[in-house]
Amino acid sequence: MNLQDFISKSIAEASAQVFSTMLGVELGESEISIENGMPDGNHGIMSFIGLAGSCAGQTGSWAGTGCLTCSPELACRICSLMLMTETAAVNEDVLDAVAELTNMIVGSVKTELEQQLGPLGLSIPTVVFGRNFHTRSAGHAEWIVVKFRVDNEPLVVRMFLAPSEKVHVAPHVAPQACTINL
Amino acid sequence: MESDVLVVDDSAAIRKILQRVLRQTGMAIRTIHEAGDGQEALEVLKAHKVNLVLTDINMPKMDGLQLLGAMKSANDWRAIPVVMITTEGGEMKVGEAVKLGANGYVRKPFTADQIKEKLVGILEPAIPL
Repeated sequence: MNLQDFISKSIAEASAQVFSTMLGVELGESEISIENGMPDGNHGIMSFIGLAGSCAGQTGSWAGTGCLTCSPELACRICSLMLMTETAAVNEDVLDAVAELTNMIVGSVKTELEQQLGPLGLSIPTVVFGRNFHTRSAGHAEWIVVKFRVDNEPLVVRMFLAPSEKVHVAPHVAPQACTINL
Repeated sequence: MESDVLVVDDSAAIRKILQRVLRQTGMAIRTIHEAGDGQEALEVLKAHKVNLVLTDINMPKMDGLQLLGAMKSANDWRAIPVVMITTEGGEMKVGEAVKLGANGYVRKPFTADQIKEKLVGILEPAIPL
């Protein structure tokens, strides 16, 4: 199994487990694809978490991002189920619930990946809510995209992970004396 | 005897869920304190007598492992049981938490039963159920 297949399978399994355990929702079939970059003109809620790691001597350095996208309606439903309260509009609780759900899904995928790639670290989640916004990630990454439908609303989990040349360790250089003219 | 519990997580949603789960366990709890990171948690510990800490690991300012380290190196807080509740399931993080003196480890996502099971095992002598 190549890395993309491994990640897409991990995302599908982690999403199903998180939704079932935390929300009591059984996710149906997922649709998996590979996309270049992020879509333009996004609406709704996007939650991002960075992941990176360096395992010198084994697999090199890796860096990437996990992202969950859903409509405001689905985000409110997620929040209502998670906190057992009725939520009709996007507020701090809703954004926090979506961020935590993303954290659990990406965190579970990260734990699976660590068996292959060595230790990885997670960033603190960032959540965006708006209409017609654009996002860009550095580089031209291929995103692994896993789509579900929950209560007839789309739920999309994306991830890219690639070897990170920038993080690679520079060659060791012996310290040299430096002359300062005063 | 009723006890005070401290829940530490940067997610307000998780703090609310843990509050609900703790109330459902049947433990004799007087107050559930909350903190959004390790630094806030230390302030709560200074101000209140806490009998149990549930903490996340990945948090801004001071993470859960730093909090655990600070607690286990302080005479006043060393004996307080600490349970890590986190997405971090890697061997390194679990090993680090155990080495620092964590009393239990629960991976997110969790069920109420998983939390209860873990707490009963750890707290039976400390907090009346």
